[in-house]
Amino acid sequence: MTLQEIITKLDLKVLTTPQDFSAITPRGGYASDLLSCVMAGAQPDNVWVTLQAHMNVVAVASLREVSVVIITEGAQPEADVITRANEQGVILLSTSAPSYEIIGRLWEMGIQ
Amino acid sequence: MSSTLQETQGRKGRPITDNDAQDITRIEELSYDLRIFEVMSREVFTLAPNQTIRDGLELLRIKRISGAPVVENGDLVGVISTEDLMRALTQNDLKSPIRTYMSANVISVKSYEPVVKALETFARTNVGRLPVTNEHDQLVGMITKGDITRGVLVAIRKDYQEEEIRRYRVRHLFEDITSDRTSLILRYHIKPRDFINGGQASSHIKRAMLRLGASAQLARQCGIAVYEAEMNLIIHTTNGGILRVQIEPHRILMQTTDDGPGIPDVNKALQPGWSTAPQEARNMGFGAGMGLVNIKSCVDKMEIFSGAGKGTRLMMEIHLRPEEKFSAAEGTEEPGI
Repeated sequence: MTLQEIITKLDLKVLTTPQDFSAITPRGGYASDLLSCVMAGAQPDNVWVTLQAHMNVVAVASLREVSVVIITEGAQPEADVITRANEQGVILLSTSAPSYEIIGRLWEMGIQ
Repeated sequence: MSSTLQETQGRKGRPITDNDAQDITRIEELSYDLRIFEVMSREVFTLAPNQTIRDGLELLRIKRISGAPVVENGDLVGVISTEDLMRALTQNDLKSPIRTYMSANVISVKSYEPVVKALETFARTNVGRLPVTNEHDQLVGMITKGDITRGVLVAIRKDYQEEEIRRYRVRHLFEDITSDRTSLILRYHIKPRDFINGGQASSHIKRAMLRLGASAQLARQCGIAVYEAEMNLIIHTTNGGILRVQIEPHRILMQTTDDGPGIPDVNKALQPGWSTAPQEARNMGFGAGMGLVNIKSCVDKMEIFSGAGKGTRLMMEIHLRPEEKFSAAEGTEEPGI
């Protein structure tokens, strides 16, 4: 399952600079809004689902090598967060759906 | 050119990083840096104006080219393309001379001009190949978009090799410098409540480790440990603190120092889930009470010196396994930081 298919099926909004998402295949996912838990539990190339939308999300994603972050419940990151994400190669996507729904659908799509 | 960009993006199936972005601007830069004579084909197949259309078709078929310059007495007098030959074919005019169907109005570029000039000419004229002449207007080569792509790729490979050499030099830093005890010290001032820049120092440290040749796993371990320590300074300290990383051939020592408010009960702070983070930090997802627990799982040794009303010193140490050591040279073991 490529990131492009995930974006299309979940109708996600791309916040960072668009790129060839069909070349990216996330492996598994992690969900938490507690940053230390993400630091401990997320794996490189995971999709991270969170409702946090601030600057430290980018720092954690970049240090943990999580390439894709899905920000849920319509939380909107500030412009400088998106700029930093572009610099650090972190893809930010957003949705108005709650985390529970997004995680469930990702699981159904085989992101396990 | 677009295929080159695609390859850069899809190289490891990973999102584009700032390093890849540098490559892209480098391609644009190269189209100005590279000269046409550096990328053109020097082997040119020419036709004479009095040769027949049939001769022209044969040449293009055998040499697998889509056009050829027409030369008379050493001078470039025209160009014949597949389109010109197709025009002759539809007229069933194979015996006519090339001169009848060639374009006499030759668009050419100079060998000493930058590659971007050829790109501009391709875009403006919609032709696929251009004759290249020297300062005396003599034909010296041909250039196609394919030649440019190849030339750019070769130049980028050369760049890449230079970067590899630079990394190699950094990696051997510890071997090249002889002392009884060599260490590289990185220091960062961390400001209190500076959530916006939280994690920046850790990113720089992780990158430095990779530059020095650390394994991805080792760089990640250090990254997690220093991130948690860095965030502790941001969340909890009165005046911020200093993050210091000492890289030695056989171990990494990481330390944060601050001047308060101090931890009243260090044992409690070490319990998973115990946190004193203020509401502001908790709203941002900090204060899980997992920071020190995470650090402990990433390092070989962790020590905290603190007390209520005092400063805190957090010391972390990672011993490098023999295959991870930054150089073969044995450093002298010294306790503590």
